[in-house]
Amino acid sequence: MNDRKVEYWHRNLRYLGILLSVWFLVSYGFGILLVDMLDSVRLGGFKLGFWFAQQGSIYVFVILIFVYVRLMNRLDREFDVHEEESPGSDPAGPRP
Amino acid sequence: MTVQTWTFIMVGLSFVLYIGVAIRSRATSTGEFYVAGGKVPPVINGMATAADWMSAASFISMAGMISFMGRDGSVYLMGWTGGYVLLALLLAPYLRKSGKYTVPDFIGDRYYSQTARFVAVLCAIFVSFTYIAGQMRGVGIVFSRFLDVSVNNGVLFGMGIVFFYAVLGGMKGITYTQVAQYCVLIFAYLVPAIFISLLLTDNVLPQLGFGSRLADGSGMYLLDRLDGLSEELGFAAYTAGQKQTLDVFFITLALMAGTAGLPHVIVRFYTVPKVAAARSSAGWALVFIALLYTTAPAVGAFARTNFITTISNAKYDEMPEWFHNWETTGLISYEDHNGDGRVQYTGPESSTTNEVIVDRDIMVLANPEIARLPAWVVGLVAAGGLAAALSTAAGLLLVISTSVAHDLFKKCLQPNITERRELIIARVAAGMAVGVAAYFGINPVGFVAQVVAFAFGLAAASFFPAILMGIFSKRMNKEGAIAGMVSGIVFTAAYITWFKLLHPELNSAENWLLGISPEGIGAVGMIINFAIALIVSRVTEEPPREVQALVEEIRVPRRRYEVRESSI
Repeated sequence: MNDRKVEYWHRNLRYLGILLSVWFLVSYGFGILLVDMLDSVRLGGFKLGFWFAQQGSIYVFVILIFVYVRLMNRLDREFDVHEEESPGSDPAGPRP
Repeated sequence: MTVQTWTFIMVGLSFVLYIGVAIRSRATSTGEFYVAGGKVPPVINGMATAADWMSAASFISMAGMISFMGRDGSVYLMGWTGGYVLLALLLAPYLRKSGKYTVPDFIGDRYYSQTARFVAVLCAIFVSFTYIAGQMRGVGIVFSRFLDVSVNNGVLFGMGIVFFYAVLGGMKGITYTQVAQYCVLIFAYLVPAIFISLLLTDNVLPQLGFGSRLADGSGMYLLDRLDGLSEELGFAAYTAGQKQTLDVFFITLALMAGTAGLPHVIVRFYTVPKVAAARSSAGWALVFIALLYTTAPAVGAFARTNFITTISNAKYDEMPEWFHNWETTGLISYEDHNGDGRVQYTGPESSTTNEVIVDRDIMVLANPEIARLPAWVVGLVAAGGLAAALSTAAGLLLVISTSVAHDLFKKCLQPNITERRELIIARVAAGMAVGVAAYFGINPVGFVAQVVAFAFGLAAASFFPAILMGIFSKRMNKEGAIAGMVSGIVFTAAYITWFKLLHPELNSAENWLLGISPEGIGAVGMIINFAIALIVSRVTEEPPREVQALVEEIRVPRRRYEVRESSI
């Protein structure tokens, strides 16, 4: 692998590290490990920990994926490894 | 019109729609049969993935389970959605770049080993059959309760429909019928939820409704009322957890990793045109899934509230019709222990004062009737339940037929087979799989419900780590991967078999390893897989150069100028 590709991969891994930390925090953190503590806070009719476990974590999951899509699309262009627009053909290559 | 007439109309219309779509999208090549030619737009694929993924368990059972488990039901909500983050970030784009047809295909090539391929094929087939059996039970319940058709005829009819479009259309046919099925099932799920939310809390959005004040003028929050009602009757408070924190943690982890490792979900990401599309497609899939999954806990809380207030201490003779209808199916049972002619529903369900036993699976289907919604809504829910079950069954059938035709025949037994013959074998395999699935639907083996833990546990303990390391560790070799997969599978399968099949009487927290239930043990199997694989791969030879080049290749989206044919 040349240096550019190594750098591309490391940037990707850094994004993954950050996003997956958030993923862990909202589900395993807020929804499971800290749930009883957060339950002392109210969010309307919800206890906060309960809300994260049954609602909030799911919303954050959706946001995380689209943030990653944006970050990677930008990164692909920056390192010039994005896919060409070639409608009709199978750009990821022939299949076995 | 009666509920039954409406159900016939709704189910009939939806079936006509599926058949129409199927006829318009027939597959003509193996590429179209396996991965719809790799040309499905990301949003469409997201919708199809959502229908593929949301099974009878999500549609029919999940809200019911949550309504009985309260906060502990969160394991399903987080577990079955959080896996998509893992898929989108860690697996889908790279698998798409690898440009294969199936998961065993990727594992076989990445680990340059027919043994690894074979282990993966067996796992894929086992997981898929386990799953299909569950769908057939869903189909059976809907038919027997709403259409007065015997379960046997219902299952045969449902399988006939699936056979028609899966065998004819392959992945292409399935994709577009799944889009139609998603629309039917989400509409059928949201309409009653919105109705009930308006009735109970005046809030049109169920997601906000179950955190709102009740509309009965009491000014109380719904969840506080529900906590109060539950505790009064001897149940645990709805918003409090019963399970051990560690167990909840591991169950959630097993469900997430299992979701990301299930072959019928992964294969959907082979159908999009580009790597970037695989990423965004997973995002769209989760959007469509989240629509149902954020509604489900609201449905659960509404159903529980309505159920308790309707039946608790009411006169048995004045029970609404739905209560008696479900009694005849055996899914609700009532016994007047103290002979006062009233229904005492008290917790825990096994206590001597309790007179009602309810099957959790009926809550979503009974919900519209409990809330006295119009008959057409009840019919719509039945059609939605069928859509969820059939769309998932079709996706699973395709995995089985692809595994047999492509991974077993083409890649293991007869490498020189022509495309035409491979397509015929794929169709025959799909047909036979329909037959086996129908058999399980008509003769449900007692342990079907038990072995669903198997599907997730095995996917978490085998596929997820093997694929992940195949992408993120260049050093991972076949010795490590096979040792890891085998130890993960053996450990998980042994643990589940021990507690679920051999010694169900021992299946309680004090006997579990570290208090982790069989549902969560797949996560431990996954950790064992990672550990063994990393150790074994360090003391054995590194993988051949061309395999390391393959790993580098799948890490970048753009294709190199020349692509060598598959290295093995």
